[in-house]
Amino acid sequence: MKRLFTLTAVAVALGCGCAQAQYTDGTIKIGVMNDMSGTYSDLSGQGSVVAARMAVEDFGAAAKGMKVEIVGADHQNKPDVGSNVVRTWIDVDKVDAIVDVPTSSVALAVNEIVRDKNKVFLVSGAAASDLTGPKCTPNTIHWTYDTWALANGTGKAIVKTGGDTWFFLTADYAFGHALERDTAAVVEKNGGKVIGKVRHPFPGTDFSSFLLQAQASKAKIIGLANAGSDTINSIKQASEFGITQSGQNLAALLAFITDVHALGLKTAQGLIMTEAWYWDLNDANREFAKKFAPQVKGVHPTMVHAGVYSAVMHYLKAVEALKSDGDGKAVVAKMKEMPTDDKLFGKGEVRADGRKIHPMYLFEVKKPAESKAPWDYYKLRATIPADEAFRPMAEGGCPLVKS
Amino acid sequence: MFELFGISSQALFGQLLIGLINGSFYALLSLGLAVIFGMLNIINFAHGAQYMLGAFAAYFLLQYAGLGYWWAIVLAPIVVGITGIIIERLFLQWLYKLDHLYGLLLTFGLALIFEGTFRNFFGSSGLPYSVPPALQGGQNLGFMFLPNYRGWVVVFSLAVCLTTWFVIERTKLGSYLRAATENPALVRAFGINVPRMITLTYGFGVALAALAGVMAAPIYNVSPQMGANLIIVVFAVVVIGGMGSIMGAIVTGFGLGLIEGLTKVFFPEASNTVIFIIMAIVLLIRPAGLFGRSA
Repeated sequence: MKRLFTLTAVAVALGCGCAQAQYTDGTIKIGVMNDMSGTYSDLSGQGSVVAARMAVEDFGAAAKGMKVEIVGADHQNKPDVGSNVVRTWIDVDKVDAIVDVPTSSVALAVNEIVRDKNKVFLVSGAAASDLTGPKCTPNTIHWTYDTWALANGTGKAIVKTGGDTWFFLTADYAFGHALERDTAAVVEKNGGKVIGKVRHPFPGTDFSSFLLQAQASKAKIIGLANAGSDTINSIKQASEFGITQSGQNLAALLAFITDVHALGLKTAQGLIMTEAWYWDLNDANREFAKKFAPQVKGVHPTMVHAGVYSAVMHYLKAVEALKSDGDGKAVVAKMKEMPTDDKLFGKGEVRADGRKIHPMYLFEVKKPAESKAPWDYYKLRATIPADEAFRPMAEGGCPLVKS
Repeated sequence: MFELFGISSQALFGQLLIGLINGSFYALLSLGLAVIFGMLNIINFAHGAQYMLGAFAAYFLLQYAGLGYWWAIVLAPIVVGITGIIIERLFLQWLYKLDHLYGLLLTFGLALIFEGTFRNFFGSSGLPYSVPPALQGGQNLGFMFLPNYRGWVVVFSLAVCLTTWFVIERTKLGSYLRAATENPALVRAFGINVPRMITLTYGFGVALAALAGVMAAPIYNVSPQMGANLIIVVFAVVVIGGMGSIMGAIVTGFGLGLIEGLTKVFFPEASNTVIFIIMAIVLLIRPAGLFGRSA
């Protein structure tokens, strides 16, 4: 009798197990790691955590019986801090997916760790195109933008309008080097010339010395291969030293709407930048911004925030279809197999090298008179179609792509 | 014009002038630190946060009271100086007899609190503060274009530094201060209110930091991080100059600004570290600092 009871109990338990989804720890845990306190905290920061939560809500995880938990952490733009957080998250806290991670040096370090531990890495904030190039892995998807797309957008547009001599002011770490390399390639391919470059420590405060060198070079375009507060300060100080007044133009190779907000339209007007998403492009984006802003002290979402939303949404869809989240490679393969479709980026796809494909947009910052409301900063100059916006897969050098 | 190591003399003078401008911030801040340490024996780690408070005070004065830069130069140091006095009365006065470490830890904690609070309310990208109209524009000096405001920064810092040095080293008030640091009991016996002098001195050091903050507001971003980045370098400057020496802080501040400016021309990637390399060398050769007096 006792044996029959035990056997029945085991059978029922096994039966129940097969019908349910097997999530590690019973929960799908998503870790949003970025700069919460420094140079990049406004363009990512707490806003990315909010965006992830909004994605979980819109996905309807609770109604589907899926337990999803979002945790956030600050990597302080330091690869060692970021690596420790990710290791602890995966080993101790059973986090299944790491999302966002701006600061390419941190992203490249996390890229390796996530591959070794077979989890999922969805990069929204970082830029280095190496993540889908030589450093690509079957566990990583590069979601929102990369240095190649920026160079292709802003760099090409500026060279074609006559800005054919360039001087680079570069942040001295992985991201700056990648952006400088990709933009220099685009400039030279389109008939321009790079006449000089200078590397500034990251993060920097005073760029007057470097801007002076840029001024002395007499290049028509000073390319700013940096981001966040570095770009803001470079632009402010360039205006102070009369660089823009004396005929040289600044190319903000990576700029976000939060940078324009900090600069003010008077200083930022006329800047040309390439972005993947803007809150005022269509009704769906505006609605998202309306829900997002009150949760982040009125700050409107940047393309990084939108990318986090889109990536988490697609991840949850893939995990739901697979009914499991433990095997990172399998989840990413599923994400590449399923076409993407969300309210912020519309329809798109994830390529074999881990590159998410969608159109990129060339924006120009409005003059103060043209702006009708706070955060109404951009006018659309051009749309770069999805098939032209990103580096062709064959040219990337990604080992996953069979030539 | 001559060429030096491939850099034209024009570019070189331009960089030296930039270095001098940065040096004036180092000098102003290290002066405050040197005054506080020399007189009070407190390592004021909150100096960077107080510099940031000065810049924010200038921003608030403009936003909410409509008072511009020239008002801010006078009012912001006073306001932040008063908060300094409150800190001294509430917290620091209990730590004078203890090891230096306690003062350092307390002020470090205060700095973290200030910076965290402001970052919570204002984000980190910074707030705009424009150059006052009287100082906008610039002069074409031939070898570079010097913004008027930066020229003003050098001149004004130099004036403030030299006035402070003069007051402390050459006037009666300064002599009371110096005596009170060396032998407080004896000075009290003469009827001089030593605790009040110490409180006011701390307030003055903090006011100097706030003044530097107001001057930085138009050219560097008014952001909660602005002090954190600068304070480490300023400490190195004070250590090189000699921890208690006023003239040492001033001379070293300007001098290191120049050296950093030169490094940015010849080897830009090292410009963040050159001051610390010099600090290491100076500590090996003269542990008391270049102008310091060994105890």
